[in-house]
Order: sequence, then C-alpha cells, then structure tokens
Amino acid sequence: MAAPFDLSDDTVIVVIGTGAGGGVLSNELAQRGVSVVALEAGGRYLPEDYVNDEWESFGQLAWLDPRTTSGDWRVARDFSGLPAWIVKAVGGTTTHWAGASIRFQDHEWKAATTYGPVQGANLLDWPIGAEEMAPWYDLAEKKLGVTRTNDIPGLPGCNNYKVFEAGAKALGYKEVHTGRMAINSQDYDGRLACQQTGFCFQGCKWGAKWSAAYTDIPRGEATGNLEVRERAHVARILHDDAGKVTGVEYFDADGNLQMQKARAVCVAGNSFESPRLLLNSASSMFPDGLANSSGQVGRNYMRHMTGSVYGVFDKPVKMWRGTTMAGIIQDEARHDPSRGFVGGYELETLALGLPFMAAFLDPGSWGREFTTALDSYENMAGMWIVGEDMPQETNRVTLNHEVQDQYGLPVANVHFSDHPNDIAMRNHAYRQGIAVYEAVGATRTFPTPPYPSTHNLGTNRMSENPRDGVVNKWGQTHDIANLFVSDGSQFTTGAAENPTLTIVALAIRQADHIAGELSRGNL
Amino acid sequence: MIETRPRKGLTRRALLSRSMAAGASLVVGAGFVAGSDAAWALETQALRPETMATLIQMARDIYPHDHLADEYYAIAVKGYDTAEAAEGIEAGIAGLNAAAQGKGHADYLGISWERDRVDILRSMEDSAFFQQIRGGLVTGLYNQKAVWPLFGYEGESFSQGGYIDRGFDDINWL
Repeated sequence: MAAPFDLSDDTVIVVIGTGAGGGVLSNELAQRGVSVVALEAGGRYLPEDYVNDEWESFGQLAWLDPRTTSGDWRVARDFSGLPAWIVKAVGGTTTHWAGASIRFQDHEWKAATTYGPVQGANLLDWPIGAEEMAPWYDLAEKKLGVTRTNDIPGLPGCNNYKVFEAGAKALGYKEVHTGRMAINSQDYDGRLACQQTGFCFQGCKWGAKWSAAYTDIPRGEATGNLEVRERAHVARILHDDAGKVTGVEYFDADGNLQMQKARAVCVAGNSFESPRLLLNSASSMFPDGLANSSGQVGRNYMRHMTGSVYGVFDKPVKMWRGTTMAGIIQDEARHDPSRGFVGGYELETLALGLPFMAAFLDPGSWGREFTTALDSYENMAGMWIVGEDMPQETNRVTLNHEVQDQYGLPVANVHFSDHPNDIAMRNHAYRQGIAVYEAVGATRTFPTPPYPSTHNLGTNRMSENPRDGVVNKWGQTHDIANLFVSDGSQFTTGAAENPTLTIVALAIRQADHIAGELSRGNL
Repeated sequence: MIETRPRKGLTRRALLSRSMAAGASLVVGAGFVAGSDAAWALETQALRPETMATLIQMARDIYPHDHLADEYYAIAVKGYDTAEAAEGIEAGIAGLNAAAQGKGHADYLGISWERDRVDILRSMEDSAFFQQIRGGLVTGLYNQKAVWPLFGYEGESFSQGGYIDRGFDDINWL
C-alpha cells in the first residue's frame, strides 16, 4: 500500500484529479520514483460497486456539485445545472467513458494552418505535432490495450453495430469497423474480455474496459510512491512571494480545510474544474487568477460538435445488448471544405437504455410524437456524432459568484454557443446518419440534440506563444514554472476524435518530462 | 401505497357502486382512486381523490402509451400525494379544470377526446406546474422497472453474464 505523505512534505508533486489525465500522470510519476499526493474530489468505486442501472449509476458516479450555464446551446435550457455528464470518483470519467481510442489525424495538430482563417474562431496550431506524439500514442495504446493496435483483434459487432455497418456499406462508406476500443476483445493485462453486457457508461463490472480506477491508480499505489486522498476537494492553489506554487488548500472527507505543501502542482480536474480552480486561486499578485496573464484561462471551451441519430425499423434491433460504442464510420473525419465546413467528424454507434432514452431523445418533448418513438424502443438503432468544434474566446468557463458550492466556493458557469461551422457540420452529419439508417429500411429517424457534454476541452490551452494560451508544449503554465495542467483543458483544438487516448498520451509524456526535470534539478 | 389488488372487501361491484367514473378507465371513491377493472387501487392521503384521478389522466396525456395500464401512471405521480406537495398540485389541477371549463367542458376529466385535453395542456406547457409534472414523469414513469419489459427493454444484464451467449448479435433481418 501507498505510504502516506506528510502535509508538510514539500518534496511531493500534488496532482489534482485522478482521471485519464491525473490518474495516469500520478501512476507514471510514481513508476519513475516520484512522490505523488493525488487529491480526488470523489470517492472510490470499483467494478463490484458499479450498477447496471442508468439513473442509479448516475447518482453514484456523476459530478453533481452545482454548476450554471448560459449561451444558446440547448443544454443550457434542458439541463441548466448539468452542463456535463462526467464523473466524480477515483479514476474520474474513465469509469464512464465509452472506450473509443483513436489518434488525432496528422493535420489536426495544425488546425489554424490547415483550415486557414475562420471568422469568429480562435484557431491555433498545437505547439506539438503528429511526429512528436507518435511514440506517446504507442505507449498509450499499449497501456489501454486498444483493439486494432498491437495485433489485438477488433471487438465482435453487436446488433446495433450490424445495422450501422449495413447502412454504411450501402451508402458506400469504406472505413467502417467495430472501432479502436480500450475494451478487451480478449483477456489483456490481467483484465477479462468484454462480455457484451452493455452499460459501458455505468462502469464496466467485468473490468474489460480500461479505467484508471482499477489499473493505473492501484499500480501507482503499489509502488509506495503514490498516495490517493479520496473526497479531497481542492479549494485553492497557494504561491509564495516569488510567484512559485507552494501547495494547495483542500477540504478533506470530513469537510475540514487542510494544506498540503508541494514541490509542484498538476491540475487535472477537467475543463470546468481546472480553470475554476485557477480562477478561484486569485491573489494580490495574480488578481485575474493563476497562470492567467494571457486572459485565456477558461476561454476557448470546446465540447466537440455532437448530436445523435436514432432510427426506427420494422423489426427488433435490441441496441442495448452489447458494447455501447463499438462501431465507427471514419469516412467523414477528413478535412474537406467542399462539404461546407472545416474539419471533420466521426459517426460512432451508441445505445441508451429506456430511462436515458426518455430523458435525452428530445428533452422537454411530450405527446404522441414523442411516445410513439419510445414505443418502438426495441426496434431502434443509435449512433453518436463527434466532430471538431471551433474554439471561440467567448465560449468560456467563468466564476459565478452568485452561486456557491457546498464549500462556499463560487461555482463554474459554462457559457457555450455553436459556431456556424459547428452547425453546418452537425447538419451534414444528421443528413448522413439518417441516410445510413434509411439505407437499411428505417421507417423513422431522429436527429437528436447534443447531450450534456462528455468531451470538455480547451479551457487552459496549449500555445507556443504565452500570449495565446495558458500552458506550453509540456502542459507547464507559461506564467508559473512549477504549475502544470494535465487534463483535456490543455487541448489547443479538439480534433474529430474522442479525446481520452490523447489525454493519456499527453499525461505519459508529461510524467516523463516532469521526472526528467526533477532529476535535472530544474523543478 | 398503491395496491395492485383492491382493498379487502373492495370487489369490482362494490367499487363501482361506491364511486364515480373518472375518465376512460379510472374510478374515484371516498379516499381512493382505482382502475375501473378493480385491478388496483390507490388510497389518497393529502390530495382529493378527484385531483389524483385528474393527475393520472394528465400524466397519460403527457406521455401516452396505450399499452401501459393506468397503474403505472398512478405510481409515477403518487409521490405528489403528500402534505408538502398537495397545495401546489390542487392549485395546478384547479387551473387545469378552469381551462377545461373555459372551453365549455365540465372539467378536465370530462373531456372525451385526447386531442381536446392535449390542446389544454399545450396552452399551459410553459407553466411551472406543467413542467413539474412532465419533468417528474421522465423518471417517475420510465424509470419504473416494471414498465421496462413492456417496451422490450431488458435492464440489468451483468448477473446473467451479459449477452455474449444471449444474443448480442442475433439480429436476423439485415
């Protein structure tokens, strides 16, 4: 078991959050002999604790602390206090994620250069590229056991996939398969193969899906170099007169305020909580919040251009049986401005249970138009759209001083409005998704609006020039040398792909960098 | 609590003789609402039985599923039958009845055609009362495990070993 570290031990690295970014970073640092205290706001839940029940699981795992919303996105109307469906638990949203693990396309690291000027978009090239990231992606794919990499076979196709594949092929799509998934198609790394249970979003009870909760976290703890403190909610990052970070204040499981000293602090609380924490850490030296000399903390919030298409058929599909998201069409992921928008999108299979279908198919809708759709639930197939959305400075996380959380801290307000490019891409994707299902005989289709966000990106973005973003190419803040950002909020642009694999690759790379800097005496 | 069988002594005949028809398939008696087939009965605590019957009809009109018996709608709204909630519900249903009377009907339950009831609901769909009832039904109705099989949904599967040997890929019509 992990040796506990003293609150006054100022040699430790404090990692805030234990998801795809913080959980992986904590373990990778621990494996390299670095002492880490990971502070996790949520509790610890393992496969035996997960429940095959959508609402019960939501109550168990979801981040339900208050947040507020604004902007013209429909989530602000239908789910005003729930801008995101993400997890508050050890392992973070890796308990909930679908497992889709695809690399950025090479050009997506250079969105500004590739797409050229897009009015209203705050596009920027990443300070890193495909060549730099390739070896880190290799390590991430091995860690996660991604299917269709390293000779790991693809998952078998479930009913929902078979409908999707038949429609895609009828339309002439070529890049159609059961995905690159961090879900075992065969036993791997001490974890079972997928049993086609469904409920991937509720935590995999077999452990067939990779989650930091039962891989990286316990492995890091086993080194003796990692201590994970559960139900520890960080309130503020502290600094000295020289502007260096010295530790953090957090509320422990009993609600008592504690102070942990640190050699360096890595923030990985996701794209809402990470900027919120930097802003809530404002001081007389940093009145606009930590690492915010650019004014970019909280800005450029991206959530991917999303939406869903459901199709009803005259015969049963039973889409809930089997892996929730093992199916992808990649033909539309390319950058092809002739379609009327820059960037691209993926189509991925998706199934919801009846309770969530009722909540998310058309939020707020009622009457027979709605209920006849649910009457055909057994005959439904579903897909999710995920594409690159445009970073906009005005889409941002700010502090809402009118609303406080249980600790009296101002909550995050999440403001989002679609860019015209997002709308054009979504409309294209709706048409293509509907065509996929109509090609195999759908009698009715539903272009379903985006759910509360699961991909939350960009609010502490990476930039070459300190003027344009919050962190450099290592995730190190431009302003404070011993303060890092280690989650999806680093993303300069969102690309079309599900972000977890890239977050993991960046976390491994950052751990290697931090360990190197420590050994070189630079931190 | 709702009883899926009538209270002792509440035979179908007795039930019908002691009550008045309320809507297509509900009967209202002193302190209770029941299915007209006497398959279930709901004793009310804080709400007037007529109010509960109207609420059940309203619930069905919001999310009409012809293959779901009234019992499921009654279960979905019975949580409003409390001292805390009753005042607001009584006021909301009174408003619903007033709207029905404005259209020349005796009350909401007295409207025979669903479309005429739905017209009234549409006219008040932005009200806090309507949104309270509609929002509550999303989980109150669709998260009842008893209704899941009526939509074909199979629910929990881990305890049965998932679907790897139980038809995850059994589609046969493509």
